Amino acid sequence: MANLKLTNVAKSYGSVKVLHGIDLTIRSGEFIVFVGPSGCGKSTLLRLIAGLEDITGGTLEIDGQVVNALPPSKRGIAMVFQSYALYPHMTVYDNMAFGLKLANTSKEDLDKRVRAAAEMLQITQYLDRLPKQLSGGQRQRVAIGRAIVRDPKVFLFDEPLSNLDAALRVATRIEIAKLHERMHQTTMIYVTHDQVEAMTLADRIVVLNGGKIEQVGSPMELYHAPDNLFVARFIGSPAMNIIPAKIEAGGMPATVRPLNGQPVQVDANVPASAAGSAATFGVRPEDLRPTDGPGLFSGNVLLVEKLGEVVLAYIDIGMEEPLIAKLDGDSQLERGQHISVTADADRLHVFDGNGKAYVRTRRALAA
Amino acid sequence: MAGPVSPHSELGRQRILAAWWFLAPMLVVLAAAAGWPLLKTIYFSFTDATLNNLSGAQWVGILNYYEWLDYGDGTGEAFGLLADEQWWAAVYNTVRFTLISVTLETLFGLVIALVLNAEFKGRGLVRAAVLVPWAIPTIVSAKMWAWMMHDQFGILNDMFLRLGLISAPIAWTASPDTAMVAVLIVDVWKTTPFMALLILAGLQLVPGDIYEAAKIDGVHPVKVFFKITLPLIRPAILVAVIFRALDAMRVFDLIYVLTPNNDRTRTMSVFAQENLFQFDKFAYGSAASTLLFVVIALMVILTIKLGRMDLEGNG
Ligand SMILES: Nc1ncnc2c1ncn2[C@@H]1O[C@H](COP(=O)(O)OP(=O)(O)O)[C@@H](O)[C@H]1O
Ligand SMILES: [Mg+2]
Repeated sequence: MANLKLTNVAKSYGSVKVLHGIDLTIRSGEFIVFVGPSGCGKSTLLRLIAGLEDITGGTLEIDGQVVNALPPSKRGIAMVFQSYALYPHMTVYDNMAFGLKLANTSKEDLDKRVRAAAEMLQITQYLDRLPKQLSGGQRQRVAIGRAIVRDPKVFLFDEPLSNLDAALRVATRIEIAKLHERMHQTTMIYVTHDQVEAMTLADRIVVLNGGKIEQVGSPMELYHAPDNLFVARFIGSPAMNIIPAKIEAGGMPATVRPLNGQPVQVDANVPASAAGSAATFGVRPEDLRPTDGPGLFSGNVLLVEKLGEVVLAYIDIGMEEPLIAKLDGDSQLERGQHISVTADADRLHVFDGNGKAYVRTRRALAA
Repeated sequence: MAGPVSPHSELGRQRILAAWWFLAPMLVVLAAAAGWPLLKTIYFSFTDATLNNLSGAQWVGILNYYEWLDYGDGTGEAFGLLADEQWWAAVYNTVRFTLISVTLETLFGLVIALVLNAEFKGRGLVRAAVLVPWAIPTIVSAKMWAWMMHDQFGILNDMFLRLGLISAPIAWTASPDTAMVAVLIVDVWKTTPFMALLILAGLQLVPGDIYEAAKIDGVHPVKVFFKITLPLIRPAILVAVIFRALDAMRVFDLIYVLTPNNDRTRTMSVFAQENLFQFDKFAYGSAASTLLFVVIALMVILTIKLGRMDLEGNG
């Protein structure tokens, strides 16, 4: 039940700038995911919000109050750490109760809250155990339980699933989604480098890179209308195919000629003045399909990866990187075969010389 | 590490045999350097051996430990180690020295370890510097302190006099009132770094993130220390205390150099050495050594038992 406002927030360690002027508004009850490559400053930003690190520039407001100088315990936040950070010598019950006990909460109230949280997370039968007697998934639940018991206004997660195995990660991800449904008034901020987690959990995703925000938007916005090359490559798997190109004609649609490809119409708004300029052309592997005609690109198949539900074809189009196409699962494509692929105009992306996307029309509006 | 080896399989037998071969040199050295002298000492404690006549020693039973001399008129007198007031005084001195020195060293060691565990510039240098007293041979530091505590030329008296803390020079190492204090000061100075190092090792095993969790839980730093840090480093402290206590029980060189021939600081080891080599009561000294060995062996057994229970912090 709290909104956050970050204004030009910066962080440096000595002379090393880690975050450069972050502006972000988070609405009450929103599920926000910070995503980005390792070392881009996600954890740092989360820790600034938590109050575990000092903000070196700009302001952080929670519910309109500047909290730059407020200690973590007074910010109404709770945090789930990547490594769980459970107190190893305390039982599950005490781990969850420790903070409140010291805050002079009445015994009955405390007990009620711990048991309610344990119930919700199905860890009631482990309340008397020590953390080391639990599995990774159970420990993570205890860490989440400890956060719930604090009844926070803002719930912070730092890569909570990264220490779990694949199956457990999916299960716990769903648990967290459910948790958000149940605590729909609680603002949640979640850090991950895993775009699947970001796409499935977030109301809005904040893509960070090199200590700057690249784009903020709903998962579908980021997928369909990435603002720039970085976001285009970061969201989606396998990553979007990126090919140098030239603008043949501006307008809407514009005509673009990718290197080693056929000129093609792209549903994007390119100013007429851009005609003749260098650009970058992008198409997602899943938007490519085989065609009998000349198609958009053609070449020999270098490698075929059969994943069951889909087949990934790596096609040599005379560039350093092969073009990747995600084809139907029962495609009989073989290595060495010649193939032509094409895609619809409203599925294509084009970026200017600085990597900034030309605004797409239909898809972008639909998203 | 490999799992338990079954002695019933051919492979298991081979591995056990190989293990014995690897252990053999160490066992031989141990038997020669520790086992044999120990057995000899225990043997001599039941004889009338003197330093000049070790080979002609005669078996006398437990007379060195206890002997009741009956005067025939219903009265009598007890002799032997167990009836020797000076021996019991040495036991008392040893226990007193051990309790006080280990307590002080643990407290100071803990404080120093906490400081050294914090992040600050030049931490590595300070860590190394703190170890210096421990690295100096005991004889050297004892001599050094003996001079500092000298009643006429010592810097300690000089400083205290100038500060007005004392009105007349004190014979720190000779006076019965201060001899034990002097020994304790030097021992604490010398051995605290060792304690600090062991406790620091324990501190470094405490994961840093739980302190952040405690910050978010809003736990007061003092509470953090008593409720989180201390319980988590308790096993390390316990191990350090046991090591130190075993060491302190057999303290010799420091006292021998700093306060020789002083009733207030004569420990069991010093008592044994005096009888063995100065008073020509070799058998009697052997008996004292044997008793000291028994006491320390009991402590070790207790330690191992305790260790099974709780040295891993499974409180
Ligand atoms: N305490 C610190 N001192 C110096 N640099 C730090 C510190 N913590 C993080 N950094 C640097 O800040 C950058 C961002 O780190 P972090 O926020 O942990 O990245 P991530 O996005 O992987 O969570 C990294 O380059 C890291 O090296
Ligand atoms: Mg991180």
